[in-house]
Amino acid sequence: MRRRSAVKTLALAAGSTLAGRNLAQASTSGGEENLASTAESAAILIDTTKCMGCRMCERACAEANGLPEPPKSVEPGVPRDTTEGQWTVVNRYETEGGPVNVKRQCMHCLQPACASACLTRAMVKTDDGPVIWRGDKCMGCRFCMLSCPFDVPKFEYHSANPRIQKCRMCFDLLQEGESPACVSGCPANATAFGTRTEMLDLAWSRVYAEPDKYVHHVYGEHEAGGTGVLYLASVPFDQLGFRTDLSLQAYPTFTREFLYSVPFILTMFPPFLLAVSKATAGNRQEEGED
Amino acid sequence: MATVTADTPGFWNGTRRFGRFLASEMKPRGRILTPFNVITIVIMAVAAVILFIRFTQGLGAVTNLSQDVPWGLWIGFDVITGVAFAGGAYVLCFMVYILNQEKYQPIVRVTVLNGFLAYVFYAGALLLDLGRPWNVINPIIGNSFGVSSVLFLVAWHFLLYMTAELLEFAPAIAEWAGWPRLRRWLNRLTLGAVIFGITLSTLHQSGLGALYMMARDKVHPLWYSEFIPIMFFVSSIFAGLSMVIFEGSITHRVFHHRVGEDLERSHASIVRGLARICAGTLFVYLFLQVLVFVHGQKWEYLATGWGAWYLLEMVGFVLVPIGFFLYGVAKKRPRLIGTGAVLTLIGIVLNRLNISVIAFKWYLPVRYVPTWQEIVVTLAVLSAEIWVFRWVVNRMPVLDSSHVRAEVVEEAEHAAASAA
Repeated sequence: MRRRSAVKTLALAAGSTLAGRNLAQASTSGGEENLASTAESAAILIDTTKCMGCRMCERACAEANGLPEPPKSVEPGVPRDTTEGQWTVVNRYETEGGPVNVKRQCMHCLQPACASACLTRAMVKTDDGPVIWRGDKCMGCRFCMLSCPFDVPKFEYHSANPRIQKCRMCFDLLQEGESPACVSGCPANATAFGTRTEMLDLAWSRVYAEPDKYVHHVYGEHEAGGTGVLYLASVPFDQLGFRTDLSLQAYPTFTREFLYSVPFILTMFPPFLLAVSKATAGNRQEEGED
Repeated sequence: MATVTADTPGFWNGTRRFGRFLASEMKPRGRILTPFNVITIVIMAVAAVILFIRFTQGLGAVTNLSQDVPWGLWIGFDVITGVAFAGGAYVLCFMVYILNQEKYQPIVRVTVLNGFLAYVFYAGALLLDLGRPWNVINPIIGNSFGVSSVLFLVAWHFLLYMTAELLEFAPAIAEWAGWPRLRRWLNRLTLGAVIFGITLSTLHQSGLGALYMMARDKVHPLWYSEFIPIMFFVSSIFAGLSMVIFEGSITHRVFHHRVGEDLERSHASIVRGLARICAGTLFVYLFLQVLVFVHGQKWEYLATGWGAWYLLEMVGFVLVPIGFFLYGVAKKRPRLIGTGAVLTLIGIVLNRLNISVIAFKWYLPVRYVPTWQEIVVTLAVLSAEIWVFRWVVNRMPVLDSSHVRAEVVEEAEHAAASAA
């Protein structure tokens, strides 16, 4: 039954114009089981072709989250990274298709590496979608920073009571039914907020409406098993500072095989070792006798 | 030695007597102002100041850790390399208690002691690296179990394995304190503790490698493969045994007065046996590495600088030590075996640091180099461990295995007494 439906899906996919998309989805088994639940989770679409680089979102973010005011002027041509005091940054890239502005922040992965790395569940994926950090749980081991494929979590190295700092998709505002501060603060409509399905539909409808303007790629649809922040661009993403060599499989799946072996070793090793110990006990006695 | 017998009047009397015994044992023995003591005291004093700054002003004040490199020398060397070096304890326990290879009995205690202290001090060094160490109990007390985390497994295993190793060593403590009944009872727990300990070691030695599974795009392809956990486990066998050979050669000279005649007699033959196992597991490891290299089609990286660095590790510190071990065993030359052990240890340091520090984010223009403060704290942790080790070896029956014979006699007497 299952095989037949899989074949049917494949046939449909091959016949449809979205062949590449669906096949990729079918092959990224990591995300499959969550597709239903993640369809409704909160997502942001960032259209880099519309971004003017005014950096109003940086200011809105700082205001909403009580962070220091972002720098007034920035050096052109030097891409900035988000920091512990600035959770989103806009960088300008000079490309073959002219200058492109790219807003960066946490990608809010569907299956976040940081959250699966966290041994105290301080970093969690909330049901609504945002990935948030909880200070009362965190022990500051920084394994989330090591694991995040986008290098998003930042640590306060110069504090005696350091926090992990990163974009939380304005989790509190979302609870009140509002949009994240950076989205509402964008004067150019370069960002949109909604469910992940809505954002994917919006993204692809823009690509299909203007196939010459956009590259045929929504960054974040499959990267790292799918992310809660999606990007559109007019030039290939590797020219915009994005890592395009990331796995399409969700990152927590890479430790799954190891973790699956744990219960087997824990239950099968002791009786085996005991048996070997008893079986070789003869050696000890023989040596003791002479 | 104070002996607590059944007719000792009252619990408090016994406690007081043990307190006096402990106080007398605490006194230093031998000269105090030796070069070793002076140097290590200075190191530890400086480290105390550094740690004060670290806990008042944050990790950034004394380390070169950054947003790009969250784990540096304290994790890469102290924890990841240190735990591999401590692997000798579980391997020797496997040989003596599971395979019943009597021959290695004389060095079990000193190896277990070394392993236990290594875990206490190196896993303890982990606390220095934690940003919010007051929350370290969270994954233990169960208010937030991050069961999907490899680090959760490693943290629990460190804790449980330390307990198992303490149990394995406990009979020596009971002998030292003069508690024969407790010792008999503890002796019965040894096999259980050993089995538990080996199982835990298998998992957390490989678990340390599995920590890097999600950093697959950050570690250089020559060092990253999905087989890192297996590599870490296999290499912990010869890393641990090489450490046993290396430490043994030093301990033998420094603590010569504490070495029992059993160990004195069999030491050379024990070392040869260990060298043979090292050579065998090194070969298995090399074979696995070649397999991963060929299977992963990594030829293109060989012509780069990283390729040369990788070849140095594989040839200079894996292949060459095999030769030293085999030749040293064949010619019965301890010097050669010792050289092989040292080369192997350097190779392990290189391998663990390559994955955790050197080839980690190899594409970055700015490289992480530890500060002098990070190095001093690492040396201080090592010094403190040696101080405790020396204190224990000078007082407890660690290097003298005459207890094993005494034990047999005693067991027989006990059996006869209970039969009558």
